[in-house]
Amino acid sequence: MDKVRTDPWRGLVERSWRPAALLAACLAVWHLITATGLVEAYLVPSPAKTFGLLADKWSYLWGHTWVTTYETVLGFVIAGVLGVLVAVAMVYSRTVESTAYPILLFAQVIPKIAIAPLFVVWLGFGFEPKVVVAVLMAFFPVVISTVTGLKSVDTEMLELAATMGGGPVKTFVKIRFPAALPHLFAGLKVAVTLAVTGAVVGEFVGSNEGLGYVILQANGNMDTPMLFAGLIVISVVGVLLFLLLDLAEKLLLPWHASRRGAAVTTLLAKG
Amino acid sequence: MSATLEMAASVAIDDVSVRFRSKRAEVTAIQQVSLDVAPGEFVSIVGPSGCGKSTLLKLVSGLLKPSSGTVTLLGSEVRGPRHDIGFVFQRAALLEWRSARRNILLQAEMRGMNSAEAARRADELIEMTGLSGFENALPHELSGGMQQRVALCRALLHQPRVLLMDEPFGALDALTREQMNVELHRVWRETGTTVLLVTHSIAESVYLANRVIVLTQRPAVVHEVIEVDLPGVRDYTATMARPEFASATARIRDLLGAATGQE
Repeated sequence: MDKVRTDPWRGLVERSWRPAALLAACLAVWHLITATGLVEAYLVPSPAKTFGLLADKWSYLWGHTWVTTYETVLGFVIAGVLGVLVAVAMVYSRTVESTAYPILLFAQVIPKIAIAPLFVVWLGFGFEPKVVVAVLMAFFPVVISTVTGLKSVDTEMLELAATMGGGPVKTFVKIRFPAALPHLFAGLKVAVTLAVTGAVVGEFVGSNEGLGYVILQANGNMDTPMLFAGLIVISVVGVLLFLLLDLAEKLLLPWHASRRGAAVTTLLAKG
Repeated sequence: MSATLEMAASVAIDDVSVRFRSKRAEVTAIQQVSLDVAPGEFVSIVGPSGCGKSTLLKLVSGLLKPSSGTVTLLGSEVRGPRHDIGFVFQRAALLEWRSARRNILLQAEMRGMNSAEAARRADELIEMTGLSGFENALPHELSGGMQQRVALCRALLHQPRVLLMDEPFGALDALTREQMNVELHRVWRETGTTVLLVTHSIAESVYLANRVIVLTQRPAVVHEVIEVDLPGVRDYTATMARPEFASATARIRDLLGAATGQE
């Protein structure tokens, strides 16, 4: 058993050296472009300058990062809860499904950037309109994935549940909802990255704080290093939130099919 | 049929027809089928593919309503899904996030059974079906035969007096299937449950049953009922070698050939 089991740190290194190498290559190209003077420095700042600025202005950026993260997470959580509730209603009632679907689709195809100014008019310059845009962005993938998940349950399993006599609530809690979780998590991962975009778009339209505001300010001042720094921080926030959900999925759904390879290996190792 | 006989039967299917309405036409799946199953009896149902064998089990469990006729289960008419049966499908239909043992206990949780009692019963069944040592394995870590054992334990946990099995071993390889037949025979003898088994395997139908019901092609009617004249306790190899086994399987094969018109 011990022979097969690999050191977790070695596993991490094995998994991450390729993406790390690609990232390093990108940084090297970025550096070369700026160092050789191929592109003017005021258009593309050098990596050294960008990261130097990140370090210098860290306390300034940190405050704005916190604002954007707060808006994103709040929007994501509201979209998650609302999305699951709407999906459950749609799966259990044909009337709700046929009534809500066209409106849902309509809400999804409206360009969020185009309606964001309206929310500013309605809700002011605080965090509320940003959260609303984040919710709107993240809501749809949650609904669609949850509906798909809830409908993916075997009919035989549901027939079996009917002969067990637990009623619809127990059937939902013990069978339907857990069976939908892999789909739900796929939707949540898409949703969280969209929630970041939603929050930033909300900040673009009207705000005096947040990373969207930082980028807009930097743009106005032709401060490209700050613009790049803002972009990097936004991306890191998005990636971290995504990884957090990925970790939650691994912890909550160790049985899930996409992780089966690993589970089988551990069993073989035990045997 | 006398009232006393009807009372005595575990399952009484009385003049039942099932018609499905599709866009173009009305299809009759089952036509005026009558069948009585005595308590503790093992009845196999065979017939050509798609003749409505599975439909018959759905009628008994109440998952499907007959277009006409009545089905009586344990003395009361079936009007909706019944909870006093155990059901095993061809696919094990296990919850992939639950261990073998917790899949078996799903039956208890859904019913709100006493958990200590259910746990004791689950352990008994795990022992009886040879699942010991695999209680904590997840379904995808189990072989097809093992998964079907779990499904059987789950169907027996609440000690139903009637067990319905819809081609439970259809997806297993030949050797595993034989082992499962031997085990099912033993479980049936130990529990005394009434069993209705739908199967494609003629050998399986005869080895396990007291009676084999042969259905015709759609619309299904009862073609013939074969009484299986074999001892109560059946050793697999010895049973296969008996002349009564050979004559019963030959007769069924004959009937099915005639039923499908491939004679």
